Formats: sequence, C-alpha cells, structure tokens
Amino acid sequence: MDKGNACPYASMASSVTFCCAIFAITLVIIRIFYVIYWGSRPHRTRAPQPVSTLIVLGSGGHTAEMLNLLSVLQKDRFTPRFYIAAATDNMSLQKARLLENSLADENGVQTSETAQFMQIYRSREVGQSYITSVWTTLIAMMHALWLMMKIRPQVILCNGPGTCIPLCAIAFLFKVLGIRWSSIFYVESIARVRRLSLSGLLLYKLRMADQLFVQWPQLQRKYPRATYVGRLM
Amino acid sequence: MGDNGANTKFRRVAFVTVGTTCFDALVRAVDSQTVKQELFTKGYTHLLIQMGRGLYIPTKSEGGDGSLAVDYFTFSSSIADHLRSASLVISHAGSGSIFETLQLGKPLIVVVNEDLMDNHQSELAEELAESKHLYYARPQTLNQTVADMDLKSLVPYSPGDATPVAKIINRFLSFPDD
Repeated sequence: MDKGNACPYASMASSVTFCCAIFAITLVIIRIFYVIYWGSRPHRTRAPQPVSTLIVLGSGGHTAEMLNLLSVLQKDRFTPRFYIAAATDNMSLQKARLLENSLADENGVQTSETAQFMQIYRSREVGQSYITSVWTTLIAMMHALWLMMKIRPQVILCNGPGTCIPLCAIAFLFKVLGIRWSSIFYVESIARVRRLSLSGLLLYKLRMADQLFVQWPQLQRKYPRATYVGRLM
Repeated sequence: MGDNGANTKFRRVAFVTVGTTCFDALVRAVDSQTVKQELFTKGYTHLLIQMGRGLYIPTKSEGGDGSLAVDYFTFSSSIADHLRSASLVISHAGSGSIFETLQLGKPLIVVVNEDLMDNHQSELAEELAESKHLYYARPQTLNQTVADMDLKSLVPYSPGDATPVAKIINRFLSFPDD
C-alpha cells in the first residue's frame, strides 16, 4: 500500500501548519500581555506633546460626571478633543458644545479647531429584540471602527454605559496590532457603590482599561486594581 | 438645610419628580390621603408632581381649609427652577436628580422604584442616606418617612472634586504637576 509513503508528508505538512499556528498564536498572546503590562504603567518620557483625546459621553448622569472631569483637565494638554455620544442622545453633545464654545471664546479661537463632535450607532436600543440586535451590533462595530480609524486617539476618557465598549475594544486591538498606542481611562459612575457596572467589569476583567477609577472606597476594596479617587459630583 | 422651619414664605412646596421614567407607584403614594395629610401636618402648602410617562393621574386640588394644593405636569424643560423653589423634594433614585437636588441644598427624600429590573440605583440612595444627606424610602413606607423626618438632622452635601482624577491622569501621561 502507498499509504505508508503518503502519510509522512501529509503528517509533516500538517504538523508544520500546526506549529506555525501555535507560533502565531503565541506571538499574539505575548503581544497582548505586552500591551496589558505596558498599558497599565505610567508613561516614562518627559515633557510630552499635547495628546489627541477621545471623550465618550454616556448620557444623563454619565455625561454630567464626564463634563465635571473635563472642566478641571488642562485643555492645552488634551487637545484636539473628539466627543462621541450615542446617536439617540441629543443632549450630551449639546452640553459638550456649550463647554467647548465657552472655552473657544475665552481663547479667541474657533471651536472647530480644538474640538469635534460625532455620534455613534448603538448596538442595541432599550427593548430591541436580540435577533435584530446581532445585525445592529455588527453595524455599530463597523461604525466604531470607522470612527476610530479617523480619530486614532492617544487618550480615551469614558465612564459608561455600553457606548464606550466597542470603541475601547478597537483601541485595544489597535494597540495589539501596533496601529496606535492609546491610554484608556475609565471612571466608574458615582451611582455604582457596591458593584462595578457591566461596562466597568468588562474593562476591568479583560484589562482593557489602563486605569479604572472608582468613586467609593468599598468598590476599591472589592476590585483592588481600581483606583479610588473620591466623588466627582 | 433649605428654608425648612422658617416661616418666611407662606408657600411651601413639596416637589415630586420621577424623571424621564414612569413611576406610578410613587405618584400614587404621594397622592394618597395619608401622605398628603402628613405633608400638610409638616407645614407644606403645595404638592407639585412631575409624573413623567406615568399613567396614573393624581387628583388636582385647589387646597385651602386644612388640605394641600395639588398640581401636576408630565415633563418640563426647567426642572431646575422647580427644584429651586421647592421646600422639600421627593425624587426617584436617578443620580442626576439626586445630585441636582443635593447641590441646591434642598431636603430630599429618595423613593426607590422596586419594579426596575436592574436596581443598582438603590445603592447610591442607601449610601447617601447612611451618611444622612437624604432620606430613603419605598413607595409603601413614604408616609412613615414623611411623618418621622427631622430635616434639621440632615447633613449638607459638599460637592465632589474631579481634581484627584485629573492629577492621576496627568501623572500617568507624565505631564508635570502644576
């Protein structure tokens, strides 16, 4: 039988493919650990340049907390600023615009030079069925990818709810692929006293957030890698 | 806190807000005879209800001779104005309403909506009630809370501060401290 002759080649070819696959997967895993390790460490370079900053606005209380944080951040360091809110949320971008317009007036520049405002499709609206949400999630992911390719931020500030997850996932992917290095900061909402929100938990467990801030000491005790920063409101 | 106890104003409004949700259990509770009677006994003259998308319609009343004046509306663009002119706020547990009221220094009773699926909202209200910044109630216990409350014992809320987070973010990115 020629089975004895054919088999060694076939098995060699398949074991070479197998080894290559293992090698590639190992490389990716090493790269992911590298990104997680260095992502969570403070930058070491001195006197850095201004950083392009993506600010994800949640809605209602989330937006209020984020704008509170923005009001104390040095605008000349975190520039240009890109704001993203859910397409169904009209109030948040309006509030951000108000803030940016007053800043621009102070400095005598046009808002369009320092800030941009964008909307993103949500993967699932409240009450939407799960079957149609497979399709809408795909569209939302593509939209998030498109926006992230355009913005390619160095810093991402977010505080939930779910709107920020696709954006953070893509930012993390960009880091792994070496497309763009960014620092992801997540501030858990003040409404979360005892447990992280689903978004917060995802970013914490998957180690996608480089720094995760909580506003209550008991949360920090439960999630030791989080940083307690006191109340923002 | 607030203008509690001072007889400077003849009009003392208890303002009820349910936000963008529908929270019929709360509207029904404040519209009940027992709660209205307790509020009147405590010296409130008006009850104003923002009822949101709720279906239960409270009974309007002109007030006078030993009863509260009751009025309601669904939504308003200026909830802030109503909060400002209120002597007591009875609110749903949304963090927006809670902090807006506390930062105006108004006495606040937060009523938790037990019908909500993901009821993380009660966490915040319970925590703030523990440090005596507000009273915490359920729709069924609201009348007791109103009867027992002593607004002088409430601790004024000092607004939070975002500078610690900003500082950590700056250091992380190796920006120099100011």
